[in-house]
Amino acid sequence: MTAELSSVRGSLTSRTLPRPALAGVIAGAVGLTLLLFAVTPLQGVADFLVAATALVIVAVTGLTLAVEGRRRAINRLATSGALLALVLTLLPLGFTLGYVIYRGGKRFTGDFLTHSMAGVSPLAPNGGVYHAIIGTLEQVLLASLIAVPLGLLVAIYVTEYGRNFFGTAIRFLIDVMTGIPSIVAGLFVLAFWVLALHKGFSGFAGALALSILELPIVVRSAEEMIRLVPASLREASYALGVAKWKTIVRIVLPTAATGITTGVMLAIARVTGETAPVLLVVGNNNFIHTDVFNGPQASLPLFVFQGAGSSSNFDIDRAWAAALTLILIVVVLYVAARLLTRRNSLARR
Amino acid sequence: MAKRIETVALSCFYGKTKAVDDVSIAIEPKSVTAFIGPSGCGKSTFLRTLNRMHEVIPGARIEGQVLLDDEDIYAPEIDAAAVRRTIGMVFQRPNPFPTMSIYDNVAAGLRLNGVRRKSDLDSAVERSLRSANLWDEVRSRLNKPGAGLSGGQQQRLCIARAIAVEPQVLLMDEPCSALDPISTLAIEDLIFELKDRYTIVIVTHNMQQAARVSDVTAFFTLRGPGEPGYLVESDTTQKIFTNPTEKRTEDYITGRFG
Amino acid sequence: MSAVSPGVDAVRLRDVRSSRRGDRVFSGLTLVAGALVFALLGAIAIFLVVKALPALQHDKSSFWTTKIWDPDGTGHYGVAALVFGTVLSSVLALTMAVPVALGVAVFTVEYAPHRIGRLLGYVTDMLAAVPSVVYGLWGLFFLLPHLIGTQKFLNGWLAFIPLFAGAHGDVDTFSKSVFAASVILAIMILPIIAAISREVIRQVDPAQKEAALALGATRWEMLRIAVFPPSRPGIVSAVMLGLGRALGETIAVALVIGNTFNISAHVLTPGGNTIAANIANRFGEAGSLGVSALIASGLVLFVITLLVNLIARYVIYRSGVEERSAAV
Repeated sequence: MTAELSSVRGSLTSRTLPRPALAGVIAGAVGLTLLLFAVTPLQGVADFLVAATALVIVAVTGLTLAVEGRRRAINRLATSGALLALVLTLLPLGFTLGYVIYRGGKRFTGDFLTHSMAGVSPLAPNGGVYHAIIGTLEQVLLASLIAVPLGLLVAIYVTEYGRNFFGTAIRFLIDVMTGIPSIVAGLFVLAFWVLALHKGFSGFAGALALSILELPIVVRSAEEMIRLVPASLREASYALGVAKWKTIVRIVLPTAATGITTGVMLAIARVTGETAPVLLVVGNNNFIHTDVFNGPQASLPLFVFQGAGSSSNFDIDRAWAAALTLILIVVVLYVAARLLTRRNSLARR
Repeated sequence: MAKRIETVALSCFYGKTKAVDDVSIAIEPKSVTAFIGPSGCGKSTFLRTLNRMHEVIPGARIEGQVLLDDEDIYAPEIDAAAVRRTIGMVFQRPNPFPTMSIYDNVAAGLRLNGVRRKSDLDSAVERSLRSANLWDEVRSRLNKPGAGLSGGQQQRLCIARAIAVEPQVLLMDEPCSALDPISTLAIEDLIFELKDRYTIVIVTHNMQQAARVSDVTAFFTLRGPGEPGYLVESDTTQKIFTNPTEKRTEDYITGRFG
Repeated sequence: MSAVSPGVDAVRLRDVRSSRRGDRVFSGLTLVAGALVFALLGAIAIFLVVKALPALQHDKSSFWTTKIWDPDGTGHYGVAALVFGTVLSSVLALTMAVPVALGVAVFTVEYAPHRIGRLLGYVTDMLAAVPSVVYGLWGLFFLLPHLIGTQKFLNGWLAFIPLFAGAHGDVDTFSKSVFAASVILAIMILPIIAAISREVIRQVDPAQKEAALALGATRWEMLRIAVFPPSRPGIVSAVMLGLGRALGETIAVALVIGNTFNISAHVLTPGGNTIAANIANRFGEAGSLGVSALIASGLVLFVITLLVNLIARYVIYRSGVEERSAAV
């Protein structure tokens, strides 16, 4: 038994790979790949990167195995794996955003943002998304008008009044709702509002579907923020004789306001980009249509979706510019929400 | 088996803040050395530099040397993990791995070091648990989770886990402060038995414990408010507690401050 | 109490009564809101079933087994191919997304310095912010052409795996396929799995990690014995939530999948369909029975995603870990 443990009692000075050697090995592997690509029929940037990465990992792990031993080699391999995962995560993000900016930038002009497709044929180069922007804005605004107050009330019930089975059940149902696919929400509004109640396509129908998607997000973030408000604040208010509802409205909510606003902004960012529900219940319209309660309306995500499937290059260009518009709106909301988090005194992170 | 640890002008930093200033102390093999002093004076920080656990905290570093039998453990070619294999540690709050059984907890270090044969593991686990005075209590439930034991038993389990890999030195960071008096006594008895085989360094804020358990006592304190901690005096326990050289030591021992 | 004047007492009493009324009104309001949630979910189930009934009753048994979709024409339609395509594309997406998501989550929490880790978290969550239609557009015009090389590689070297087999002519060209849809799905579910896993890994007790390090473990060994075991339930739940999202994803898939109705495991060849993509692609021209059939297929999707989400929530409930993330 002592023999097996002698490896434990070995000298402290196990050979360690010095930093410069590591850098040298990496450079060497990359150089070898370059050579391979120059000499053999292999070519292409993507192929090169894949081959170089593979070779670097093999070389580094092998060298560590030879000099430092098995445990350190496995550790190095794990580190390489984690780094690789990082790169593989950042690449799609970079490529997506970059490509959208590249393809969408061409048609992204003031004209594009201020004109609709009224009277513009798919084969014509002009036209814009003004009608779609109006449509999406109205639909999202209406959806928020439904989802935010309702969501706040549900969150307040669950945190302040619902310490019973009913409250737990609601929390559970809200969790379930976060998993509803957006197309199912659209199908429901289709079945219920458009068909059963014979109301037909409208921006309002879209808003209904979007509010179903927005509600659970608002509830969960509001709930979390309200829970973070310290109990001592509430107790101080009760001790002064203030009624419970006034305490909630005048003290708890304002304290949680920053966090709740952040959650609402993120929820809005989420539903702005939803295509499936609007596809099913809002229909389409080439004209600027501001009556959100009657008749089909255009929307930004749908504009992109239909442009994508078109055979006209102009339609496709317009779709790219619309996609850029959509991403800008979403990213601005997202970044603003993140910046707002910094000023949140209740935030944990 | 046990080795000698010596520090030479060792200072400990958290980023730019110096926590411990210029400590030079020699710890002899097969002895128990106790670090005592008021809370916040850097005893634990200093202890953690002895097995390179201090640097796990981002921004933490040291100046000076720590010699294990004349080998500087902070030399650039030394692997920190190898140091920690040789210098084991028991923490203030018992921390057995909750998803592992008692057996697996004790065997964890052994398995990491490549011991695979069941017979070897079995005998090593039994040996460690016997040394930690825990064998009789757990021998019938070795495959039950480690977290299901009482506080005192958990700490003995952590001690068994630490000594299973046969370290040269055992560091103990206030090992009894989270335990009840009965368990504390059990652990103190254990330390007394272990000192035949290991060099033990124990940080404690309980002076009486230091007096009971250690051969050598080192007294640390802060130079002043907001200043780093330093080693005031280090001598045989007998001398420190009956006839200390420094006045500050005497003040602390007699409770005039602390 | 106070003997100052009867007027003061009267005012106090009135305040108490009005505040109690206020409390009742307010709490009643919130209770109604809560009940509305119940009603909403009930309504969703009911109306979907009601509107799906015509299609379900038209062709009861063959709804599950037929492999074509022509409700308004020949009256033959069935979800067999759709369910197969939905599950296949989602599972394939999972196998691609889970290792990367876990890797980046571990990197963010355990390898990166604290501030960079926080930044990385935001950036990873940004992947979830991109609307699915934009992913679809990008997939169609950027990813599909660039995937040809990968398709050829897989078909050339790994064709012994039935998944990657297929005729060369099919594979060498730009094809809308299950594989393409799986890649896009993988990119889309990556941030969800990563965000939840990140939270779970972050919550591991530091004392355990210290215990492992003090035994002389390398960083990987520390992860292996002290971080992953307690994180397993949370990670399983994260994976299931990612699966749920993949199953229901509509628009991105609709744009890059082949929109055919065969059941084939050759993911590299043109073709494939999912329930959601089928709805998006067929809705425009569907007649009355067609719409009913689409709703019926949506009902099937609803049930499947519901089950997956319930299992995920149950796993996390059992483990007692809380997951809070931006990528909800």
